[in-house]
Amino acid sequence: MRRVVVTGLGMVTPLGTGVETSWNRLVAAESGLRRIDRFDVSDLPAKVAGLVPGEGEPGGFRPTDFIDAKELRRNDHFIVLAMAAAAEAIADSGIPLATDEQKNRSGVLIGSGIGGLNAIADAALVLEKQGPRRISPFFIPSALINLAGGQVSIKYGLRGPNHSVVTACSTGAHAIGDASRLIRYGDADVMVAGGTEAAVGRLGLAGFAAARALSTGYNDTPEKASRPWDKGRDGFVMAEGAGVLVLEEYEHAKARGAKIYAEIKGYGLSGDAYHVTAPSPDGDGGFRSMTAALRSAGLTPADIDYVNAHGTSTPLGDELELGAVKRLFGDAMKNVSMSSTKSAIGHLLGAAGTVEAIFSILAIRHGIAPPTLNLENPEEAAEGVDLVPLKAKERRIRNALSNSFGFGGTNASLIVGVPD
Amino acid sequence: MSDIAERVKKIVVEHLGVEEAKVQENASFVDDLGADSLDTVELVMAFEEEFGVEIPDDAAEKILTVKDAIDFIKANS
Repeated sequence: MRRVVVTGLGMVTPLGTGVETSWNRLVAAESGLRRIDRFDVSDLPAKVAGLVPGEGEPGGFRPTDFIDAKELRRNDHFIVLAMAAAAEAIADSGIPLATDEQKNRSGVLIGSGIGGLNAIADAALVLEKQGPRRISPFFIPSALINLAGGQVSIKYGLRGPNHSVVTACSTGAHAIGDASRLIRYGDADVMVAGGTEAAVGRLGLAGFAAARALSTGYNDTPEKASRPWDKGRDGFVMAEGAGVLVLEEYEHAKARGAKIYAEIKGYGLSGDAYHVTAPSPDGDGGFRSMTAALRSAGLTPADIDYVNAHGTSTPLGDELELGAVKRLFGDAMKNVSMSSTKSAIGHLLGAAGTVEAIFSILAIRHGIAPPTLNLENPEEAAEGVDLVPLKAKERRIRNALSNSFGFGGTNASLIVGVPD
Repeated sequence: MSDIAERVKKIVVEHLGVEEAKVQENASFVDDLGADSLDTVELVMAFEEEFGVEIPDDAAEKILTVKDAIDFIKANS
């Protein structure tokens, strides 16, 4: 079986532009959550979000570094963020894209949970107020989810598989898993894979708030709002950003002397078949996706040193995931560190799975488990479990498991590790 | 009336991201200025908005150069 390794990393998160900035601030226990100031939130119950810092702030994002001014107007922000993360990952990997053969064997698989929600909201208002003749010819391509990958493919000449994923908050994990299988099956040697999201807006916030999914009790202390497994948690915090990996067939990467960050060792998928927004109360969906990932990796729980949890800071979800992990790991639980990086960056929805896979890879590379911020008063079920509260922890990490669970009952688990 | 020409050229520069010097009156949007089919639709919309005119589809199809646009707007605004 062909093996798949990671040779390039790129991200834009509420902790900043670029992998190094985001990681350094993450392990320094900094928060990317803030009071929303881009638009009116006076009539919304949730007023905090993880927003990518703007120009002039530390790690500030400047769109025109990644897309020209003309194209910027024609693309929803979720596409712009994906292009930025892809630019970093592709440059980092040094993949050759000169010959027809190289281009034809390199593909893209970038997804989003929601896509161009703000573009759709804006266009609907134009339609209502000014009529159909004022709708831009670029409206549809600015909002379509697969156009994040489409734009990346056009910019870099990636002419292999051109695919996308839409599985809510599992999107970013499914993108990596599915792209790695395209390489395993020989459809491509290189895949640029990831997730992107930019749905923080009045419509997105109103929708998630109506579903009673968001934190509303920390509007005046935004950095405290995301607190996985803490007794005071009251919902997730919406966030924006993108993560992109360059995945490459192992021998292909070795032959060109590429820097290899990690191997994609395992990938598991499952469905809850239970409810549109609530997780199955027995936590079995997550348990089965993790089990499937271990099976595909040929590993046991004792081989896993770090779990990057889905851990969104919702009352029910955190408890069920913790229960499922404990049930799966059994005695091996005492040697595992598990944290939720959503405590620092919020929930990047369709980008979360990719950004968290990158954090898991960096945890392995640097021997550091990133912290769970705001875990001041853990729930009882967390007794005896190392949830890396408040501060990062140095430790040896050979293999890491990253979970993503989405609306619709869609679950994905990835295992990344040091290549044997 | 030269004001119309200047405003047309400004819109073309902004929407197509081309250098001002290239936007001569005889320049073709597609052949000389690199516009594709979506660009030309957007350009016509921008002319409509700027000059408060309606450019029907059959007229828009005949606006192929900078001069075509200027002439249409002069005749209809």
